Amino acid sequence: MSALEAERLSIAFGGVRAIDEVSLAIEPGVVFSIIGPNGAGKTTLFNLFSGLYVPLAGRVLFAGKDVTGLSPDRLARRGLSRTFQNLQIFFRMTVLENVMVGRHRHETTGVLADLLHLPSVRRQNRRTREAARAALSRVGLEAEAERRADALPYGALKRLELARALASEPKVLLLDEPAAGCNPVETKELDAVIRSIAKEGITVVLVEHDMRLVMNISDRVHVLANGRTLAEGSAAEVRSHPAVVEAYLGVHGAQEAANAFG
Amino acid sequence: MSVRDLSRHPLAALAWIVPIITVLPLFFPSAYYYRIGALVFIFALAALGLNLLMGFAGQVSLGHAGFLGIGGYAVAIGPAYLGVPAWLAIIGGAVLSGLIAYAVGRPILRLKGHYLAVATLGFGLLIAIVLTNESAWTGGPDGISVPRPALFGLNMRRSEPWYWLAAASFLLSAVIATNLIDSPTGRALRAIHDSELAARVLGIDVGQAKLAVFAISAAYASVAGSYLALFNGHITPDIAGFLNSIELAAMVVLGGMGSVVGSLVGAAVLVVLPQVLTILHEYEHIMLGLILMGCMIFLRRGIVPSLQAAWAGARR
Repeated sequence: MSALEAERLSIAFGGVRAIDEVSLAIEPGVVFSIIGPNGAGKTTLFNLFSGLYVPLAGRVLFAGKDVTGLSPDRLARRGLSRTFQNLQIFFRMTVLENVMVGRHRHETTGVLADLLHLPSVRRQNRRTREAARAALSRVGLEAEAERRADALPYGALKRLELARALASEPKVLLLDEPAAGCNPVETKELDAVIRSIAKEGITVVLVEHDMRLVMNISDRVHVLANGRTLAEGSAAEVRSHPAVVEAYLGVHGAQEAANAFG
Repeated sequence: MSVRDLSRHPLAALAWIVPIITVLPLFFPSAYYYRIGALVFIFALAALGLNLLMGFAGQVSLGHAGFLGIGGYAVAIGPAYLGVPAWLAIIGGAVLSGLIAYAVGRPILRLKGHYLAVATLGFGLLIAIVLTNESAWTGGPDGISVPRPALFGLNMRRSEPWYWLAAASFLLSAVIATNLIDSPTGRALRAIHDSELAARVLGIDVGQAKLAVFAISAAYASVAGSYLALFNGHITPDIAGFLNSIELAAMVVLGGMGSVVGSLVGAAVLVVLPQVLTILHEYEHIMLGLILMGCMIFLRRGIVPSLQAAWAGARR
């Protein structure tokens, strides 16, 4: 059974098909990358997976169950977590509190108990805090825990989002351009973190422009262009696929590249 | 626990209010000052509730005086028509306000920003109109008198016991608000304020969380409204009027969005300042307006957060 599956998924905006009959199946525990030129529909596909968009046609299956049209929070409670290409940080909260929000789906919440700060709430707060600290240390941010999130530089915020998503202990983790804006050293660290996530059995779905990272880390690569599937295979297969090379570099560029690599 | 840990405890910010409350009356030259003090804490109670909604969850309400009105009329109508004791009417009003907030919030809390502001404004107007027109129950535009029973064996016709009751109630509600902030529900609310999108994909039921805080803030306002009616011994539909709604919102913004202590400071400024400025006679309102504008220009995050930031900066 696939961890996450799209069945002939389509969505249109103003008559333009942003995603057009895309089907893919992601096996549990793999690193699965979705690549494609700008405007190929990668983030749109993520938004469909995470419930932010409702598809025009087709189905989304999560752990074999039809979750098409389920709200994002319900999907999250089932174990789907994600990060955003343009950061979505809780800037008025501390770094630690940001990650504590990631624990929300594991917390039992009762408004009355919360208002009275019953011992059960205090115990749970302590557990949540510990788990959040553990997630922060995985991305190397434990020293920043008590700072306000808006005091962190861009690269650290990207890692903060990752820690927050990790804290939710997802079954499937969607990462939307985690390496964007990171320097080579940070990208290398990211590589290691993603590998360790996958090793835990979490399925990682990656949208990324850094091809070195994608080719290094992916078990499988799915290529989109203009909302349609262009190719899918292992990193090596996709890299040498003529249609993929053409989509990225154009026909003329493909020949140049062939000469260069030749 | 070391002193340093204690000073960082969420309730530490409230601890220094207690001696102020107890010492302040030593300097009161007359009972009139108790009256002003009581009004400060009553409005602070309502402002604190609104601050949970506006400052923490980031949802505006320009109709919160509607809940003041519900609470106020609950203690007027409950004892007179239904034979309910005053303390029970206070609780009943708060529960009713919470329920009405829950029902009204369902459709309108989907709205955002200015649209939510106008929708809540409409709600407040609606309550004021109902209170004016249902004259068989509410006495119409002239209002009705509110029976003032002895609460906890105190003579509640005097201002002094009201000062203590209002101060104690504010402190209790501030503790409850602080509890909420440091809980899963509170973190969810603050998360919604900064990014609804991220909150949703982390499993937070955004609609439910907003409804909860709207109902809580309504209950706070309702209790304040009950106190106000009992304290004055009389109530008119003006309590639910637009001006009171705006004043509550101004207290929140002036004192500091997201600051529990700020609610008290905002209420204190807006209750005390007009009293002080009466010495200026006809220039009173001009001065009040200028001071408010000055505060927002020079302390734009609100009095308490701006001063806290300046203090933290000075110590570094």
